[in-house]
Amino acid sequence: MTYNLNISCTKDRLREIRQFVSDILMDHQYPEAESNKIILAVDEVCANLIIHSNHCNPTETLQLYVDYQNDRIVFEILDHGEGFNLSEYKEPSMEDLIKARRKGGVGLLLVKRIMDDIQFIRRSGKNVCRLVKNLS
Amino acid sequence: MVVIERKTEGEVSILEVAGEIDASSSIFLDEEVSKALTHSPKIAVDLTSLEYISSAGLGVFMSYISELESKKMTMVLFGMKQKVFQVFQILGLDQLLSIVETREEALKKANDL
Repeated sequence: MTYNLNISCTKDRLREIRQFVSDILMDHQYPEAESNKIILAVDEVCANLIIHSNHCNPTETLQLYVDYQNDRIVFEILDHGEGFNLSEYKEPSMEDLIKARRKGGVGLLLVKRIMDDIQFIRRSGKNVCRLVKNLS
Repeated sequence: MVVIERKTEGEVSILEVAGEIDASSSIFLDEEVSKALTHSPKIAVDLTSLEYISSAGLGVFMSYISELESKKMTMVLFGMKQKVFQVFQILGLDQLLSIVETREEALKKANDL
């Protein structure tokens, strides 16, 4: 079953994204104790795309597609912003972040811990972030 | 959206945080933690009514760890719901921050340190 939500690239829309994902997980009786992590992972990716790829430009749009399959859930987030190269991403160490008193930098780390697969690809002129969570 | 109130109990400033902390609201948490630490070197953060936290909120708490150590200040978090605590656990922050269950424990710990 496929679901779609399109939203403008502003941070105040993140709440709507979380509610959208939450409703889908609830519809499919996804275990409540685990659903917050899935919502978190999608929120983190969308926040990064809104802030870093689209610079909070409200005229830009994120398209979120959720495909709830029998054995997995596939999330795809499409945008026209600056692309992200996952192969160049170096996991930060918590120690370094704490020493540097950084207030950010752990979003993608959370996503990697929660999701079973993450890909950033180009498709038909758009950036696509694809997240997969296996159902087991 | 997040609502934050500051109260005082003895020498401890208590921040009551309610709602959701995400990339749009974490700045308010940062401002309030910073203000609270200027009022008292001992703060307790009541997360009983916090329903959600993302990396932006974790980042705020993380960013104070070094300062707390170097300036001999204390920050104790308490009252987290399981789903919120789980987010701290994913990155091992439950081991790096001072987290307890109840207000009484938090006040005791803040005063002990």
